[in-house]
Amino acid sequence: MAILEVHNIEKHFGPTRVLEDISFELKRGQALAIIGSSGSGKTTLLRCLNFLETPNKGTISVEGKVIFDAADPSTQKESEVRKKRLHFGMVFQSFNLFPQYTALENVTLASKLLAKEREDYKQNKNRILMEIEAEGKALLDRMGLADRADHYPHQLSGGQQQRVAIARALALHPDILCFDEPTSALDPELTGEVLKVIRSLADQKTTMIIVTHEMAFARDVADQVIFMDGGVIVEQGPAQQVIDHPVQERTKQFLSRYAEN
Amino acid sequence: MDVIFARLCEAFVINCELFFVTLLFAIPLGLVICFGARSKFKPLAWLIKTFVWVIRGTPLMLQVIIFFFVPGLLKVNYGINIPTFGRFSGAAVAFVINYACYFSEIYRGGIDSIPKGQYEAGEVLGMTKSQIFFKVTLMQLIKRIIPPMGNEIITLVKDTSLARIISNKEIIMMANEYTSKGLIWPLFSTGLFFLVFVGALTLLFGYIERKMDYFR
Repeated sequence: MAILEVHNIEKHFGPTRVLEDISFELKRGQALAIIGSSGSGKTTLLRCLNFLETPNKGTISVEGKVIFDAADPSTQKESEVRKKRLHFGMVFQSFNLFPQYTALENVTLASKLLAKEREDYKQNKNRILMEIEAEGKALLDRMGLADRADHYPHQLSGGQQQRVAIARALALHPDILCFDEPTSALDPELTGEVLKVIRSLADQKTTMIIVTHEMAFARDVADQVIFMDGGVIVEQGPAQQVIDHPVQERTKQFLSRYAEN
Repeated sequence: MDVIFARLCEAFVINCELFFVTLLFAIPLGLVICFGARSKFKPLAWLIKTFVWVIRGTPLMLQVIIFFFVPGLLKVNYGINIPTFGRFSGAAVAFVINYACYFSEIYRGGIDSIPKGQYEAGEVLGMTKSQIFFKVTLMQLIKRIIPPMGNEIITLVKDTSLARIISNKEIIMMANEYTSKGLIWPLFSTGLFFLVFVGALTLLFGYIERKMDYFR
């Protein structure tokens, strides 16, 4: 069964249609890459999944349960949205680390705040906080940043900051991890280290959606690829098929421009 | 000379009192005004913005005069019974309102300067609105408003001498009494009082800024 089902999502900002009739599915353990030129709606789609934008139409289901239905306001209650967005993790193009916290604090902050809502928090406070701390350290270690735990974001390179941001998203154990052009703000030099981390997550069967301009990376790492243009899904299918043998004319044009560069 | 110095010190206490009272009330009131001006209820937002425009657009000295005299005039001429202010409280009310308006603009600038991504990062991590404010944006906001607040607070030190317009016997008014007796140096020496006070504040703000230097 698909872990994520998106049906007929539509989003407009005023008269501008940004997303139209977006439907796709994602199976557990799969990586989905969304490609397309700037302004094609990729980022908006990701933001809809994370409840940063509210679609005007359509439904979003996780593990068969409808978590968002544009026609049903009861699925959009502020208090519940907060819990529901935890199904998704989000890694932003501009990292958005919290500057006043160290790398480790960035990773553990949300877990510590959420732990306060646990019923056994008062009795087991010290143990819970120690567990969170230990997990945060383990995550940074996985990102190759064990020695950077006490550094503040401005003391880290862009690539390191983005890896901290990935650890921060993973700390809440999301069902689906979303990346919004995770390497677009990085030098080519630093891009590699971030892609390597994402690749290893894919190898560990993390369910992911990656909006990216790195075609070779999408082809190698993703199981599925969606090509978007003008707010609609033009083509979707297995990664190598879509990127190496696109069927649609618009996909061919888009990819050939990449091949030229 | 000792006598003159003692009397100048005594008068400077009024400046200090006005300074601290203004800070104590204007800092929180500025926050209220700031939130009011950002209210989603547009009529309220416009009302408050107009109020801030009037207060920032007219001299503080005039406001001190108005707050002190207008309640009394209304009472005498129209029988409207609203509480009148004493010399000190009249000045204090005008100062608090005036500075709260300036502070509200500083807060607004600070809030607007925090990148939207900070809020969004908090949201996707399942934080509540208040958690985002207290745990994520507040420290960044404080860091950003410290320099302009320091500036404004230094201006406040010197503005306190405007209270003399309604006969508060602050330091310049006191020194002026000696001038009228032909003694000019007490008036000149008042500058030292302000310099020392502002010097201490400058050191304090420098210290706070350094304390918050650990992040950017």
